[in-house]
Amino acid sequence: MTDGAVEAEVGRSRLRKEDARLLTGQTTWTDNIQAAGMLHLAILRSPMAHARLERVDVSRALERPGVVAAFGGSDLAEGMGSLPCAWPVTEDIVLPDHPPVAVDEVRHAGDPVAVVVARDRYAAADALEAVEVAYEPLPPVLDLEAALADDAPLVHAAKGTNRCYDWPMRAGEDFAAVRERADVTLKRRYHQQRLIPNAMEPRAVVVIPLAASGEYTVYSATQIPHILRVMLAVVTGVPEHKLRVVAPDVGGGFGSKLQVYGEEAIALAVARRLGRPVKWTESRSEGYLATHHGRGMIQDIEIAADRDGRLRGLKVDLLADMGAYLMLVTPGVPILGAFMYPAIYKMDSYEFNCTGVFTTRTPTDAYRGAGRPEATYAIERIMDELAAELGLDPVELRRRNWIRHEEFPYTSIAGLTYDSGNYEAATDKALALFGYDELRAEQRKRNERGDTVRLGIGVSTYTEMCGLAPSRVLRDLRYSAGGWEAASIRMLPTGKVEVVTGTSPHGQGHVTSWSQIAADVLGVPFEDVEVVHGDTRAAPQGMDTYGSRSLVVGGSAVHHAARKVVDKARKVAAHLLEASEQDLEFTGGVFSVKGSPEARKTIQEVAFETFTSHDLPDGTEPTINAEHLLDPENFSYPHGTHLCAVEVDTETGRTRIRSYVCVDDVGRVVNPMIVEGQVHGGLAQGIAQALYEEAVYDDDGNLLSGTMADYPVPSALDLPDFVTDRTETPAESNPLGVKGVGEAGTIASTPAVVGAIVDALRPLGVTDVTMPCTPERVWRAIHGEEGQA
Amino acid sequence: MTRISVKVDGTTYEDEVEPRLLLVHYLRDRLGLTGTPVGCDTSNCGTCTVDLDGVSVKSCSVLAVQTDGCAVTTVQGLAQGGELTALQRAFHERHALQCGYCTPGMLMAARDLLKENPRPTAGEVRHALEGNLCRCTGYQNIVRAVLAAASDEEVPA
Repeated sequence: MTDGAVEAEVGRSRLRKEDARLLTGQTTWTDNIQAAGMLHLAILRSPMAHARLERVDVSRALERPGVVAAFGGSDLAEGMGSLPCAWPVTEDIVLPDHPPVAVDEVRHAGDPVAVVVARDRYAAADALEAVEVAYEPLPPVLDLEAALADDAPLVHAAKGTNRCYDWPMRAGEDFAAVRERADVTLKRRYHQQRLIPNAMEPRAVVVIPLAASGEYTVYSATQIPHILRVMLAVVTGVPEHKLRVVAPDVGGGFGSKLQVYGEEAIALAVARRLGRPVKWTESRSEGYLATHHGRGMIQDIEIAADRDGRLRGLKVDLLADMGAYLMLVTPGVPILGAFMYPAIYKMDSYEFNCTGVFTTRTPTDAYRGAGRPEATYAIERIMDELAAELGLDPVELRRRNWIRHEEFPYTSIAGLTYDSGNYEAATDKALALFGYDELRAEQRKRNERGDTVRLGIGVSTYTEMCGLAPSRVLRDLRYSAGGWEAASIRMLPTGKVEVVTGTSPHGQGHVTSWSQIAADVLGVPFEDVEVVHGDTRAAPQGMDTYGSRSLVVGGSAVHHAARKVVDKARKVAAHLLEASEQDLEFTGGVFSVKGSPEARKTIQEVAFETFTSHDLPDGTEPTINAEHLLDPENFSYPHGTHLCAVEVDTETGRTRIRSYVCVDDVGRVVNPMIVEGQVHGGLAQGIAQALYEEAVYDDDGNLLSGTMADYPVPSALDLPDFVTDRTETPAESNPLGVKGVGEAGTIASTPAVVGAIVDALRPLGVTDVTMPCTPERVWRAIHGEEGQA
Repeated sequence: MTRISVKVDGTTYEDEVEPRLLLVHYLRDRLGLTGTPVGCDTSNCGTCTVDLDGVSVKSCSVLAVQTDGCAVTTVQGLAQGGELTALQRAFHERHALQCGYCTPGMLMAARDLLKENPRPTAGEVRHALEGNLCRCTGYQNIVRAVLAAASDEEVPA
């Protein structure tokens, strides 16, 4: 590389370094790991939603061939703590015990009852049949409103209530007074159905003990190896410094692997007792019961506005389904949403309350977007309703209320300081790409003709809070940990570079993007950088990957660490070049002396000279390696405008997405190809919520959509091509100007799709269709059986 | 136990297997060919797709004993001498994979399509991949990659 001919890495669509092994099957998924003498765990799960355990007898299972050990809940209870909840959102939250294996009561279908350990996975599965369990049925608790009645059966009888917490927020003027004065008020109820995350790799855990020294290596299909290490130490009592946690190749997460699962604690406890390696791999159907679900809320939302459309106030009441237990961040998910209901709009009053409710269903927790898609859905849907009420175009209504670009930084009524944004630019670009006016004209014509296939247009102008999170804010929200991220950079003697990150990618391409960031700052070739992650021994500090935080916090930490390397290298280079530091220039990885360009050292040469340490300035530590821990000063706020055109066949209820256009502003972009991929995948999941997916339970609390054959994860036939574009308004709160992109597509798309369906059917009197908008539901809405005002 | 002889990615293996052993578990647990992953238990996801005597199958839905005397190609048998196939290259160049868990099955199913229909339309690609689920990409780049591989001069291996 020569001076002056440096192509910036950041901003280039570098092909991914990750791909080679994934394309050729040379992967290390957790289930691939084998160890000598390894045993397989299988877990017997409750077939009932709620029951007292009268008897659990594993003795006949122990007689089965190949079975080495078997345990009931009480056998494993000794020395085992409750599974952790790291986000007790209120001081008086009801926080029930959560044993990894149920001891005297099961509280959802799938709650573990017994564990069998055998020589291979078939023998373990066979032996489950020999475990004898006597259940005394208890009433299921399924309806969120009925669960709060005084005489409701209780999920946790000892707690005396199914009400987990009430979390209120009041901002600005009194809502009742604002409502009184307003020209228009509207109130709607929306249902956020439960969703099953469905990362393609099922969960798995392998624990390899070193019995003599009491050390354990835990391999897990997890998003959070660092958090898991701390929590497993707390739950099992294995000292933290004796635990190494590795997230090897991890096949997707979407929040479902942002968890400390019972099976991880069980596998560690069993490996510790038996002194042998153990493996547990969930089957997909088992995962539908055992891996946390997402969403699951009833949203009552009320809006007050002037006749010209100007918003005055917003009131939101949530009932949020916790499921049977509080897992890692279960109670906090709707609270993340609390800050997002006001979205990009200005208003005088905001009132929010969330009531967490226990039910006898699989626990809920973070699923792509976590609280923010729910908020965006409700506000964007009711904005459409308000536009219809006032006879305004829905885009025009948004224009009248959004924060104008010259008003940034802007503190929202919920108290977030949006550092930057340009809603006008993103919206104008999206409208042009979409052909908004032409589609509206076509829609009018078709409505006038009374077409049986109606055209509908949906709009979603979203923002989100990403880059979790400033640690002081987390303290104020009663979250138990900080939100910093760690990076360190090792300059190797041969000029190669290792970037060690605390983020833990599982499909996002951090190895590629972090290489680009480091290569730019250090001026070394992209190919010379390797990124180390996902192993608490190799990358000892980190807060892991979730909440669109990795680039914003972790990528920025890489940038800062690289800057520190350059600063250290500058001192050494100045000494070697016999110049003062002030006289050195650094471009394209080369230190040169101003005015005498022949006097030069590359940073890679400096790394070698530091390695030999033969000629360093007096008192200089012989390293140019550096580390940086970054606590973000603010969240980041991606935004964008999504437009969806649907054709709804009023005779069959079938919806077809005709076109989907989104213009996202995720700040500066490190790798446009990867960003586009993240948007595509996010859209797929948001559209899936709108049209296809729902975890359906029967009245007894059985999961009816309990296999992949019953739960319609969309296939290539179920999704359209997307038109994606961007505007770039840099974030002000990090050196890269980045905002995060992992969740944007999911957050924005659901209301755009459902809004389009309702827009198509509004001339027929339809004002809502409950998600997922299956042909049957759409047909019933048209025929007045639901969703008409 | 039943004795089988099966050629996998060019190597012939002879083994005693339980009649109930699934092909995918034979590949993964007995042969250590872990490039073919398992994503479900209802034959919906397609991650375990392999080629069995020239036909694309989901290896979770085939018993190991059924492959006696057959030839199986897995994702690990595609690239020869470190040279990626046109399909693998296209997946790389079009960013058709993120976590990569569905990728082995996608490659095998797309390879099967291109053998039958070397110049498919986008709609035909979507139909052909209907039995292979991906949760990361939204499929758009997978479709692009298959179309790109189809327009490549050389015939995909």
